[in-house]
Amino acid sequence: MIRLSIQARQALGKLTLPVMIVAAFGLMLLGKSDTLLTERARMALADALSPLYTLVAEPISATRATLDEWQGLLTLRADNARLREENERLRSWKSAALTLDAENQRLRANLNWIPDPAPVFVTARVVADAGGVYARAVLLAAGPNHPITKGQIALDERGLVGRVTEVGARTVRVLLITDLNSRIPVILENSRARAMLFGANTARPRLMFWPEGTLPAEGDRVVTSAEAGAFPANLPVGTVRYTAGNVAEVEPEAMLDRMEMVRIFDYGQRGLTDPLGAATRPSANDRRR
Amino acid sequence: MDDRTPGIRLRLSVWRRLDVAARRAFPSACTALLMLLLAAPLGLPEQRALLPALTLACVFFWSLFRPASMTPPMVFALGLLLDLLAYLPLGVGVLSLLGVHGVTIQARRFLTRHGFVLIWLSFLLIALAVSALGWLLSSLLTLRLLPFAPAMFQSALAAALYPAIAPLCARAHASIADPEQA
Repeated sequence: MIRLSIQARQALGKLTLPVMIVAAFGLMLLGKSDTLLTERARMALADALSPLYTLVAEPISATRATLDEWQGLLTLRADNARLREENERLRSWKSAALTLDAENQRLRANLNWIPDPAPVFVTARVVADAGGVYARAVLLAAGPNHPITKGQIALDERGLVGRVTEVGARTVRVLLITDLNSRIPVILENSRARAMLFGANTARPRLMFWPEGTLPAEGDRVVTSAEAGAFPANLPVGTVRYTAGNVAEVEPEAMLDRMEMVRIFDYGQRGLTDPLGAATRPSANDRRR
Repeated sequence: MDDRTPGIRLRLSVWRRLDVAARRAFPSACTALLMLLLAAPLGLPEQRALLPALTLACVFFWSLFRPASMTPPMVFALGLLLDLLAYLPLGVGVLSLLGVHGVTIQARRFLTRHGFVLIWLSFLLIALAVSALGWLLSSLLTLRLLPFAPAMFQSALAAALYPAIAPLCARAHASIADPEQA
């Protein structure tokens, strides 16, 4: 260690904070100019931490499951009655669905319809919240050598969850449909009217830009539209709900607040690989791949 | 031992020096560990605001009571970790924490002479200012007006948690983090 006089050492000590502040601004510029670097650093850290997260998640999900079980025991009778009633209803729906499916097959055969290719999917465990204060995203543990690439689509067992935005060696970040940066082209199922779904960092994304004259109805189902090539058509997104202030929002079908497993589908969509906007990221990543 | 105290100084053995170094590193290491833990899926309510809030509180406490163990480079490193873990634009967390550190160091002489309540109130003010700064910088760097409420919530949470964190840190301050006891 270099021996310095006390005065010199004190002067240096006073200088560290300004130097660090300048370095922080430098870091900001660096992060702004090379977003890929930030992304890589983030995913490297997430990759390193993901075993720890998985380890922590295990007992927590076990505890939650036990609690749920106890709660389930308490409401066993009511649940049973509700499920029996629901089963009755679903049985009639099933017969309707089967009839419709058969009819659909027949009509498609008549039209020489080219069937949509069956998508390939992988299932991954949600290991952490990856949103921070200003974003809504989740981190998935995908295991080494996973086939997931940017722009693939995440669904849970009920509906659309979001889109893959960052890919690491063992982890994947999925931007949720409720995120501030999320824009999803959708179709209102009843009126077939197109609209856009705007995330607002709240529980329900906002519905906007529907065509004049077709007001989205309360309870209307909303599905994705194939427009812009970012999503395949007809993935379930949610149902229209109006707020007290008469703003049309969509209640997501997916259970975004308590996800455990998510399926990542490869629909081969290459229309928009970057939901954060072209301004924030150059196409360097495509070159890398 | 301080350079300013006159007298003959003993050369410390390797183990003593390691002990001193470990005690010096305790505050920042402990803060980093806490941050990593809070980034894990614990299922706590409002966990995403908890991480920056507790980091602010820890950096404030150690900057105030043991600045030799919370030096600007350490604050920088913690800030970088915060940026990466909390998905902030790079540099925002660094600058926020350096802001807390700088202001605290400046007000140190004044604050340490007063009691807990005044320290707490000044932490509230600092947390508010720093969260607003973080919000402004994030908005500028992402080129969009981000909602302001989470920033305010984060500072309120930090201030609310400070009385819970401070006694723990104070105990560590008097025992494990004290290099004099090595």
